[in-house]
Amino acid sequence: MSKTLFEKIWDKHVVTSIPDGPDVFYIDKHFIHEVTSPQAFAGLERRGLPVFHPQKTIATTDHNVPTIHQELPIREELSRRQVQKLNENCAKFGVELYGLGHPFQGIVHIIGPELGITQPGMTIVCGDSHTSTHGAFGTIAFGIGTSEVEMVMATQCILQNRPKVMRINIEGALHKGVVSKDIILQIISQISASGATGYFVEYAGSTIRGLSMEARMTICNMSIEMGARGGMIAPDETTFSYMHDRHFMPKGAEWDKKLMEWKKLYSDPDAVFDKEITFDAAAIEPMITYGTNPGMGIRITGVVPNPENETDESERNNLKKSLKYMGLEGGQRLLGMKVQNVFIGSCTNSRIEDFRLIASVIKGKKKDPDTRVLIVPGSQQVAAQIRAEGLDKVFEESGFAIRQPGCSACLGMNEDKVPPGEYCISTSNRNFEGRQGPGARTLLASPLTAAAAALTGKVSDVRSFLDEQNGN
Amino acid sequence: MNKNPISVISSTAVPLNVENVDTDQIIPARFLKATTREGFGKNLFRDWRYEKNDEKNPKKDFVLNNPVYSGKILVAGKNFGCGSSREHAAWAIKDYGFDVVVSSFFADIFKNNALNNFIVPVKVSPEFLNVLFGAIEKDPSTVITVDLPQQTISTENGKSEVFEINKYKKTCLMNGYDDIDYLLSIRQEIEIFEKDYKN
Ligand code: SF4
Repeated sequence: MSKTLFEKIWDKHVVTSIPDGPDVFYIDKHFIHEVTSPQAFAGLERRGLPVFHPQKTIATTDHNVPTIHQELPIREELSRRQVQKLNENCAKFGVELYGLGHPFQGIVHIIGPELGITQPGMTIVCGDSHTSTHGAFGTIAFGIGTSEVEMVMATQCILQNRPKVMRINIEGALHKGVVSKDIILQIISQISASGATGYFVEYAGSTIRGLSMEARMTICNMSIEMGARGGMIAPDETTFSYMHDRHFMPKGAEWDKKLMEWKKLYSDPDAVFDKEITFDAAAIEPMITYGTNPGMGIRITGVVPNPENETDESERNNLKKSLKYMGLEGGQRLLGMKVQNVFIGSCTNSRIEDFRLIASVIKGKKKDPDTRVLIVPGSQQVAAQIRAEGLDKVFEESGFAIRQPGCSACLGMNEDKVPPGEYCISTSNRNFEGRQGPGARTLLASPLTAAAAALTGKVSDVRSFLDEQNGN
Repeated sequence: MNKNPISVISSTAVPLNVENVDTDQIIPARFLKATTREGFGKNLFRDWRYEKNDEKNPKKDFVLNNPVYSGKILVAGKNFGCGSSREHAAWAIKDYGFDVVVSSFFADIFKNNALNNFIVPVKVSPEFLNVLFGAIEKDPSTVITVDLPQQTISTENGKSEVFEINKYKKTCLMNGYDDIDYLLSIRQEIEIFEKDYKN
């Protein structure tokens, strides 16, 4: 019987199926962080339960940590208490914690892959919707709520209905200046913010196979933004060479054995998907969002859609509401518009490759003096690599300061916020109202587009910088 | 841990005629610093409810601030609960006093979170959603009835629709069981599974 990649992994993890109900689904790895775990630990305590398999859960602090002076006590009292609570809970329940000051600390979806915890064929959950990131390694990975965090800690299982499976193929070569963030923003703008609800997505096609692991993670990361339960990519040589020798990866004969298993993880040629869509890579341009959900994206050279052209009444009202919040008009071009802030960071785009890309654009140029630029590496390891490669010098010479790892202005939980009414070009994944702070206006884009904006203080087409470089 | 079972809920309703309500709107991230489940209701829809985050300055045009609307049922536009997986969104809705959310489409994670907190997510057709909005806006005192055993939602003037709910989940809601109780009850089966399982 031919199976999709998704089915191969799912079937192996079903403990039992409840008649007319969900499957009891076994979880291999569970990541937790300070914001969505305290109530789950409290639940265990109320029931007098231990963590069933503490070695299968890994904790870090990321959402609610400052990005400067991490060596000092956290100033904000509630944040300090929440982080402290995670320290206490992990100590009490025997869970490994990569907290502040630990060389492995960082955004949960950055550290799993880079440490080699994330491995093909696994089921991975975390109380965070961008857990889909780990799907880039051929895993079934998805976000869960706190009650489910408690279930995993208590029994290593959750109850899940099997989603449908959609395959999205991207074929062909990308144009210069177009990166994986543009691919996923393009896909979501076509499918809409709810178009993949009820599905698990497999990304395939020659374009995907040509991408680095970092770029694949960016794509899987944003699967949730079209409503998908998660996204995944079959592991291949690119995956294996990324994984080889990472800290927690099996080594030697054990690696060889695992590799044989991992090589079986692909969708059989005649496997059937509930839905299949194909995109042409050559038709994708640098993208930017104009609205208040990630599906509201256009080409960087495009114009904001006009509500008057929208035939469906509720869609029209929605668009009007979004544009009002964003302070934009239908028919307007974004190119050349002033932005006061640039945020480079988040689990979507704060890996080493992102910083290399940005450095290649800004090298030898100066930052726009009026634009606030927040640069936050995804993890301590990324920060160390930035220094090891001398990229920090490039940033410094251009006038940028690099912060310490955390979620930062991606969700505006700590003091890194965008002031009300101001625009921010952000490499993160959500442009919801107030996501980066009350009244903040977020324009999602690629790291390249963000770098260009940091230099000009405006929405800019990065391709003009690249042409310039080629001319040198 | 047993919760209060749910059967038939009859109540007036609050109409939130907005699509793609994401969980950042339901409860903004800066209110996620608590380490308990209680007290999130006062910050439900915080930034839609108040001018400049000021509780003394409610936004007049926001429906929760409109005294004519109240009740245990929230009726909202399609794709309700998209975005972040934060269960705090479900806690805030429940703590504010809603037992039912009606929409023509729910985001997956929110739906699970709602059910785990004994909030009934009632998915109706886009047409019936319009019927509901129309009825509530015309007469805010109109009573909507959600009958979980029969899986129906109906208006006072006799319009009604059947809604779907997973049979297992329905049993849980009607008996006050939660998923953790169930999983704990089959722990032995999980241990047997683990014996043959390699990864
Ligand atoms: S960086 Fe943003 S999206 Fe990613 S885990 Fe942190 S808060 Fe969530």
